[in-house]
Amino acid sequence: MVFSKKPLQFIIAALVAFFPLISTANPTVDSTNVAVEATHEAASKSHETHGEAENLTEEQKADAERKAYIKHHLMDSHDFTLFTYGGEEHPTHVGFPLPVILWDGGLHVFSSSKFEHGEAVAESNGNYYKINHHDGLIYKTDAEGNFTEDEKGHVTNAKPIDFSITKNIFMILVVGLILFLLFAGLGKSYKKNGSIAKGAGRFFEPIILYIRDDIAIPNIGEKHYKKYMSFLLTIFFFIWFLNMFGLTPLGVNITGNLAITASLAVITYLITTFTAKKDYWGHIFWMPGVPVPMKFILAPIELLGTIIKPFSLMIRLYANMVAGHIVLMSLIALMYTFNSPIGSPLSFFLAFVLSLLEILVALLQAYIFTMLAALYFGAAVEEHHHDHAEGHEAHH
Amino acid sequence: MEIPKIIGAGLVVIGAGIGIGKIGGSAMDAIARQPEATGKIQTAMLIAAALIEGIGFAALFAVN
Repeated sequence: MVFSKKPLQFIIAALVAFFPLISTANPTVDSTNVAVEATHEAASKSHETHGEAENLTEEQKADAERKAYIKHHLMDSHDFTLFTYGGEEHPTHVGFPLPVILWDGGLHVFSSSKFEHGEAVAESNGNYYKINHHDGLIYKTDAEGNFTEDEKGHVTNAKPIDFSITKNIFMILVVGLILFLLFAGLGKSYKKNGSIAKGAGRFFEPIILYIRDDIAIPNIGEKHYKKYMSFLLTIFFFIWFLNMFGLTPLGVNITGNLAITASLAVITYLITTFTAKKDYWGHIFWMPGVPVPMKFILAPIELLGTIIKPFSLMIRLYANMVAGHIVLMSLIALMYTFNSPIGSPLSFFLAFVLSLLEILVALLQAYIFTMLAALYFGAAVEEHHHDHAEGHEAHH
Repeated sequence: MEIPKIIGAGLVVIGAGIGIGKIGGSAMDAIARQPEATGKIQTAMLIAAALIEGIGFAALFAVN
């Protein structure tokens, strides 16, 4: 497309074709000893159900290890581990620690390497903190790192307010930086080259034009679409890039995080609410064109609708990403379950095909989010044109 | 997982499958009638499919 040398074209085509395959490069042993804890959980559960002490079979241990592997890929983490090797006893982790920022009466800032991948108790200004293996949160403990639990098994230690830069936040910052550099470069290239784009950003020019001509203008209208263009563009590329990063072997799962999709949905809701014209609220509370009793019934339903629409935005993005990741990870774990020359390649092939589908879903979910946001904005700034037609007819 | 949950999840998937299948079928009929409108029809089909899938996922999460 934009490259002219044949070998380079071939290399890029090969990279794009093998992109889904590299998502299989994740380790089977995670970095916070969740596997060991999960096997202990499985052992205690089997004790309850069978009522007698019995040894864990190899199958149960492997099953628990798989669940922990899948869960670890979906959860956030306080350090950035790329992969681990070296077995369960003394694993070697390749990655880097991230800063942990806690507010617990005073500000505590330290590197997450003090936690030693969830095994050690970190000490900071006299307080001791430890990561709980079951939910990955930081709790305040005593010097030995004991967790007090209530009857149901929930931890009752005090929790400091956690402002740390976790893996997800770090990836959001990286993607933000990428977006900024990419599109600032594209914008500057217009100035230099007389309104023709040059550079890597010119792959995105048709996409930007598509968002303007086919998403923004049809839904919001010629008069008001410019106000919302920056938000729509940001949302589209942000979600698209985050979804794609989730498919790489880095093991990050950012949009599959309810908090992140919730904040995107909340921002959409705030923009809709605060830029809405009077007609918008008029349509919600006093829907024109229906008999009066219906108007009273429709008002609470419409009001609920304003909340449910951003809520569905959040759930849609979150569920699509999490479901995709779970299925992919389960298929890859299935490879190790079968351990046979027929079953394992088949599940690998299935995982490969599913990864291709996930790439499509990444783009599609970004497009759907942007389009629905544009739809809601359009509804908010819709011009009032109902009564004029009736007025004209009465005149004539 | 209890039986009612399993039945509920199955019903949700059936509903989503039927809905998206009908949309796909109508889209193919429309494309057959007017091949030059393929782009617009494909876009509309994907949008409707994603919306139905959204409900499907939300219901699956509510079941679990």
